[in-house]
Amino acid sequence: MPEPKAEKIEPVAAGASLEKWEPRIIAFLCYWCSYAGADAAGTLRLKYPHNVLIVRVMCSGRVDPELISGAFAQGADGVLVCGCQIGCCHYISGNHKTMARMPLLGRLLVEMGLEPGRFRHEWVSASEGEKFARITNEITEEVRRLGPLNWPGRLHARGVGHGEDLEPWGTPQ
Amino acid sequence: MNAKLRVGVYWAAGCGGCDISLLEIGPRLLQLIEAADIHFWPLVADFKYRDVAGYPDEFFDLCFLNGAIRSSEQEEIARLLRKKSRTLIAYGACAAEGGIPALANLTTIEGIFAAAYHDSPSLDNPERLEPRPVTRSDLGELTLPRLYPQVLTLRDVVDVDYVLPGCPPQADRVWQAIESFVGGKLPARAEAVKLGCTDKAVCDECSLEKRLVKIDQFRRTHEALPEPGWCLLEQGFICMGPATRGGCGALCTKARLACRGCYGPSGQVTDQGMAMVGALGSLLAAETEERARELVDQIVDPVGTFYRFSLASSDLKGMR
Repeated sequence: MPEPKAEKIEPVAAGASLEKWEPRIIAFLCYWCSYAGADAAGTLRLKYPHNVLIVRVMCSGRVDPELISGAFAQGADGVLVCGCQIGCCHYISGNHKTMARMPLLGRLLVEMGLEPGRFRHEWVSASEGEKFARITNEITEEVRRLGPLNWPGRLHARGVGHGEDLEPWGTPQ
Repeated sequence: MNAKLRVGVYWAAGCGGCDISLLEIGPRLLQLIEAADIHFWPLVADFKYRDVAGYPDEFFDLCFLNGAIRSSEQEEIARLLRKKSRTLIAYGACAAEGGIPALANLTTIEGIFAAAYHDSPSLDNPERLEPRPVTRSDLGELTLPRLYPQVLTLRDVVDVDYVLPGCPPQADRVWQAIESFVGGKLPARAEAVKLGCTDKAVCDECSLEKRLVKIDQFRRTHEALPEPGWCLLEQGFICMGPATRGGCGALCTKARLACRGCYGPSGQVTDQGMAMVGALGSLLAAETEERARELVDQIVDPVGTFYRFSLASSDLKGMR
């Protein structure tokens, strides 16, 4: 992927206290509707969780599925993708592509071992500040209920990224 | 001509097809033998690991390692060969991206043992025997290599100089790589430079016609015969071409068989399956999300299809 990746999120250390754990949710919001919707939530003085880390993109259709798998692989506990309501895409059909991708993407993530509640997509228009606050609250509570995903730590535990301590085969004879 | 080149070949978790594909270069093998001596190749001659351990460091000028890494033995030999080789090539899809063996990452060691030693209908194992790393007997302690819970690519365990992808790599491309190595014309040695392939997708090499038709039904190879000359993906056969690195010359689609994705993710792509989801999203004839769901529910085994050769190098790597 040519563009720089987000700063790596440190894996949760084994045995770390879960009391201090807070879900980290990456939200990809489209510039034209959903980002303005999040803005509207702020203007309306609605509270929504600080756990949602917003990445603004020009169109939800631009959210390559690789960005979503990459977010989970680098330590996100949940991913939210928001775009314009169907029929309102600034680019006419960008969010149609999002819509067509999501069911297959969801299937892949579940078959890879993720819980379905960690991934969600919604259509949020510029005026739907309340809806934005509601779904961010919902996904945060759902992910909190599911617990830390800690994908990097789980891969590490299965032997990815560190060598095994090996005994030498033996000295040559 | 100075001393002959010293070549080694090893297989880890692979099917043996890569070893055979080296022979596929045909009469050109004689040219290879003229320029090089084989000092390690378990498939064709009797070599012991101790022989390799006895060679000086950087003994091999060129070492082809095929197969994924999924046991302590394979990792150990990979590390040994890294130490003994000046140039180490990850040869074939399994060494490069995990290949078919990496689909085991979708299950656990217990699941694998249950299928291999207990549940399969053709088995007769009333004592429920399983291989164990250590067995004590009258003869003393017997040991076996340990199976890892995760299938790894070669790059996960050692530094790799070049990668020659493919299942198996195509003979002409292999010969090109050998020729350029012998002629000292390989690109500068760096972490995992890809050889014998292009950065573009298989579609770039495929001659089938795109009619800009959207997919309204998925078909499997045994269910229908594709219309000649027409893009297989548009006909509903899942062809991994858009997400897969070219270099093979689109051999499969030439034979009207959908691309299986063996050359791994193409140039700009890191995760082959996710790239394929992105590509399919633009190709589905679905006006509503329900219709899109109906369509993709027709796909049997999406992970096994989209990550058939690249699960171990994907973002999520599969895990249960």
